[in-house]
Amino acid sequence: MKLPDKTCKIEEAIARIPDGATIMVGGFGVPGTPFTLIQELVRQGQRGLTIIKNDANERGLGIDHLLASGQVARLVTTHIGLNPRAIAMLNAGELIVEFNAQGILAERVRAGGAGLKAILTDIGLGTELAQGKPQVEIDGQVALVETALRADAALIHADRSDVFGNLGYVATARNFNPLMAMAADLVIAEAETVLPLGGLPPDAVQTPGPFVDCVVGLPVLSEEYAVVRR
Amino acid sequence: MVARAAREIEPGMVVNLGIGLPTQVVDHLPEDFPVCLHTENGLAGIGPTRSPEAADRNLIDAGGAYVSTVPGSAFFDSAVSFALVRSGRLDLTMLGAFEVAQTGDLANWKIPGKFSPGAGGGIELAQKARRVVVLTSHTDRAGNPKLKEACSLPLTARGCVARVFTDMAVIDLGRAGFILRELAEGVSLSEVAEATAAPLACPGADVPRF
Repeated sequence: MKLPDKTCKIEEAIARIPDGATIMVGGFGVPGTPFTLIQELVRQGQRGLTIIKNDANERGLGIDHLLASGQVARLVTTHIGLNPRAIAMLNAGELIVEFNAQGILAERVRAGGAGLKAILTDIGLGTELAQGKPQVEIDGQVALVETALRADAALIHADRSDVFGNLGYVATARNFNPLMAMAADLVIAEAETVLPLGGLPPDAVQTPGPFVDCVVGLPVLSEEYAVVRR
Repeated sequence: MVARAAREIEPGMVVNLGIGLPTQVVDHLPEDFPVCLHTENGLAGIGPTRSPEAADRNLIDAGGAYVSTVPGSAFFDSAVSFALVRSGRLDLTMLGAFEVAQTGDLANWKIPGKFSPGAGGGIELAQKARRVVVLTSHTDRAGNPKLKEACSLPLTARGCVARVFTDMAVIDLGRAGFILRELAEGVSLSEVAEATAAPLACPGADVPRF
């Protein structure tokens, strides 16, 4: 038996994302952000997107291009403080922003990836983040119902992949990537190194290949991946 | 103020330092001090800050500063990172503030219509760390007090703050509100009281200086 080869052309992978799609994007700041996949999404121009990402990157990087091109209708996030454009668009009513507590966003994505409907938590009780969310009582204490998140597509950045889509991450570039790689109908992973089958030892696999639909190799890394000089 | 706040960290603690002033606390710890620094984006065991020239592009803290590892560091994903926070493994967090109320309420994530950066991991840090201390200027840029009877901005968490370090004073949060513990060198009791928009208890006549 032989595991299937999922390597594909970036143009064809991103073309499977329609207008109006909900897209999870890995990354926390620069590390783990799939800049090359985002650039292709900008080039193809799908519109009316809902983006789920921890942050909005910084001016001139990643998500900022999608905001500048007007492709994003809604942003589900935890922190946009490093992107003045995102804050200005929010203030001007040009972008709907849904803020989440960071670990709750992670758990909502994880629940979606695990086939669960929601999680229960006391995080955010007594703040405006609790507004409009159902509450239940667990052992005499109030808990918020936070619904699970799934997406039409997930854009993932991995340090390494084999051709089957087994993924490995590096340092703080892991962040939301392994969670989002389980929570979308179409999972597209860009990888700095693409290895043949057997190139990743089974114990070194951080996202198992069955979760991944397309593997895109990165022959070169653009400037966006480099150290940011502020 | 930052040097004084560094003395809040006890040997053996797991500590998260928030974006801004709190991050600078680490510069005031002795090199061999036994502490585990945690950052939300997936690292326990933060090492010294790196210059852009010496930086690893994949290794930052939650504020975006380039950092390093130490022997024994661990990387993990964002779910694991907050499992650590919510399950009570975090002994201490130091956070910034827009406002602190005398009830210990904290507001630090949203100024409606003006600046709404979002709370990031701040809500879980404020709600679940075993001890929450705030590092902030005593007043905002316009000179308005940040320590108030009640917060006017959207809350990060209720009743979470145990102690506030400012450029003027060290102030504890007790059942009856703000309690003055220490004064900065050159600052008088009346100046601190004036810059605080809530009652300020002063248990002793001889307030220590820092």
